[in-house]
Amino acid sequence: MKFIDEYRDAKAASRFARDIAKTVTRPWKIMEVCGGQTHAIIRFGIEELLPGEVTLIHGPGCPVCVTPLELIDKAVELASRPNIILCSFGDMLRVPGSRTDLLTVKAEGGRVRVAYSPMDALEIARNHPDKEVVFFAVGFETTAPANAMAVLQAARHKITNFSVLVSHVLVPPAMEAILSSQGNQVQGFLGAGHVCTVMGIEEYHPLALRYRVPIVVTGFEPLDILQGISMCVKQLEEGRAEVENQYSRSVRPEGNLNAIRTMSEVFEAGTRKWRGIGEIPNSGLRLREAYQKFDAELRFGLADSTCEEPADCISGLVLQGRKKPDECPAFGTLCTPDRPLGAPMVSTEGACAAYYRYRGNGTAHSTTAGGTKGPDEQRKRS
Amino acid sequence: MKKINSMNPVKGSALAEGAVACPAPVSGHTSIQMAHGGGGRLSHELIEKLFFPAFANAALEERHDGAVLDLGDERLAFTTDSHVVSPLFFPGGDIGKLAVCGTVNDLAMCGARPLWLSAGFIIEEGLPMETLKRVVESMRSAAGEAGVQLVTGDTKVVDRGKGDGLYINTAGIGRLNRTGLVPSRIRPGDAILLSGDLARHGIAVMALREGLEFEGGVESDCASLVRPVMALLDAGVDVHCLRDLTRGGLATALVETAGTAGMQFRIDETLTPVNETVRGACEILGLDPLYVANEGRLIAFLPEEQAEAALETLRRFDETGGACVIGRVMREGSGTVTLKSAIGVDRVVDMLSGEQLPRIC
Amino acid sequence: MCLAVPGKVLSVSGDPPYDLAGRVSFGGIVKEVSLAYVPDARPGDYVIVHVGFALSKVDEAEAKRVFEYLESTEGLDELRGEESA
Repeated sequence: MKFIDEYRDAKAASRFARDIAKTVTRPWKIMEVCGGQTHAIIRFGIEELLPGEVTLIHGPGCPVCVTPLELIDKAVELASRPNIILCSFGDMLRVPGSRTDLLTVKAEGGRVRVAYSPMDALEIARNHPDKEVVFFAVGFETTAPANAMAVLQAARHKITNFSVLVSHVLVPPAMEAILSSQGNQVQGFLGAGHVCTVMGIEEYHPLALRYRVPIVVTGFEPLDILQGISMCVKQLEEGRAEVENQYSRSVRPEGNLNAIRTMSEVFEAGTRKWRGIGEIPNSGLRLREAYQKFDAELRFGLADSTCEEPADCISGLVLQGRKKPDECPAFGTLCTPDRPLGAPMVSTEGACAAYYRYRGNGTAHSTTAGGTKGPDEQRKRS
Repeated sequence: MKKINSMNPVKGSALAEGAVACPAPVSGHTSIQMAHGGGGRLSHELIEKLFFPAFANAALEERHDGAVLDLGDERLAFTTDSHVVSPLFFPGGDIGKLAVCGTVNDLAMCGARPLWLSAGFIIEEGLPMETLKRVVESMRSAAGEAGVQLVTGDTKVVDRGKGDGLYINTAGIGRLNRTGLVPSRIRPGDAILLSGDLARHGIAVMALREGLEFEGGVESDCASLVRPVMALLDAGVDVHCLRDLTRGGLATALVETAGTAGMQFRIDETLTPVNETVRGACEILGLDPLYVANEGRLIAFLPEEQAEAALETLRRFDETGGACVIGRVMREGSGTVTLKSAIGVDRVVDMLSGEQLPRIC
Repeated sequence: MCLAVPGKVLSVSGDPPYDLAGRVSFGGIVKEVSLAYVPDARPGDYVIVHVGFALSKVDEAEAKRVFEYLESTEGLDELRGEESA
């Protein structure tokens, strides 16, 4: 496939690896913000190509992982009501709330539909005028324009049986939360290429300046990520802290103005709770007043609740990049993708699940137990 | 234009060390999940921890697609498979063809020539007679192609709403004229062959099931593998083990086989064929083709020096026309499968956890 | 986060701004995609698609940058090598 295959070239990848190895003179910790990048890094084994000095920290950029427990519970409650069809991206179905997950609700007879696009949910609402259709609108800036359009179209076409359960989060406030936290380890960022395709790169300049941290907006294919790392390491070695754009084939400095306009028409910034991290001011989106009639929480009178989050795993620290998944005592033993303790073990792009799946886990099922190399051993081998 | 983001600095309190709690509670499995039937890790666990201990015997111990039964002067292969697929008809096949092919393929994987099948129909009240007729016709044609007879059967009807229209169970018996093909015969140095491209069946069905509006044509690979397998064995190739790919895709078949054989496998991602359209679908759905279902593909383990001859034989048949070598058995070990990724780096291939769902992330 | 895939626009239909749509091919899988946010996309263009919405047009010239970067850094290395030799 054009614009995919050429960026997965093994020879070019090893040339990039040589370039990075030649540039680096001391240890650096770089965080890839986006879960899509984490997925590619692990799936293609990119870390094995990097010199020992460069450590990648997997960031909080997985909307599934950071959606708070309370909202999953609300989705579960809606899906359990007889007259409601709850539509969701496939990713959200296995994420456990405080009691159960959407897949189980579906198994027990709740109406849960997997939607590829919010527009599919709108179509379902059109076709089922006797039912209430709720779309579980999760995501970062990349997904917000699509969800905004669904709301806008529902308003235009007066589709009154459609509403959205909004759990939108924004990337720059999360990056700032990480940089300003005690014990921050991140020295450079690979910025999220698709978020920036929508929002542009301007809002990252103040961050780079204030925290003296290089930010390289990066794509998602192996060569993109390797080039992003190379650019970031060069900045670090030269003592620069600038915003650079590796993913220029998709990202324009000003972003996608059409998308931002529609997004701003429907949504406004507001405080959001991040699963495992806590509340971050202005880190999320909520419906503007003019569109609140499409707010599922208001329409169905869902009460706000606070869930006690059990303290058995370190996923919050993993999401902030302060710990690697395999540094958690529960990793691969108490916590596996089949029985997740924390959300990063649920989503396929969650840092823990990605580690478990692609890098071996040491405690796998009975037939492969014992000899599987742990992730660290894997890394050192090459 | 209204501004969406603000750059307010964040209070440190929420992020102070130690203030971070675990988001999700422990979830044990006190009831059956969909993933218990998904062909991945939970299926495997159910079999290992519940069924094997309960029914322990020598035939079961081989952990193969079918059981090999010794009758003194004759040896039979025996297997069963239940088929639940929604929708009942999909591009390239239907539940009837699937029910016949699945079972004859399991027999063929044991190295047996399939002879007889049984069929159990569990039908939901209200299923159009025309639908059942089409399924039966499809079974007849698939059985003819595989050279088997359907010799016994059963029909049950369940209340409307208690079944997906139609479930079919088939069991099959085949005759074994040679040494059984079992994982324990796999040797270091064996070549690993794959009979065609990956992920077709899963993508064809998922496109329909999830109501995704794919307009390009992807046909299921659903097919009987009896003819090519018999040709392979008749040609005198010293096949050590055969395995058909099913729900968990190539990755799951490899990991299970490596575990049973006690061997380390290594495959090369760039050698595993995936049709361009199927790849496109996998890319937009966020699925890894290594884990997507096939219903007419096999992997074969055989001595490297016989790989060329085996490929030549397999490629004479349409259903295995895309046969190729994808890797080799490295050494004895604990059953790890490694994959050389597209960019030339080795990583561990693990079993599927839960069901693969389309993702946006 | 944010799985988005490049695909080729085959045809364009519908009215701007909100109902503009296109048939987009991803290696042969064809899907109807909203072009509301990329109204200047034309047949033959590649667009990056996320959850049914095109978010940008792939800039063919910029797409070569990755390889130009590689050439330039390696070229630099060779120069450095000559200088030190």
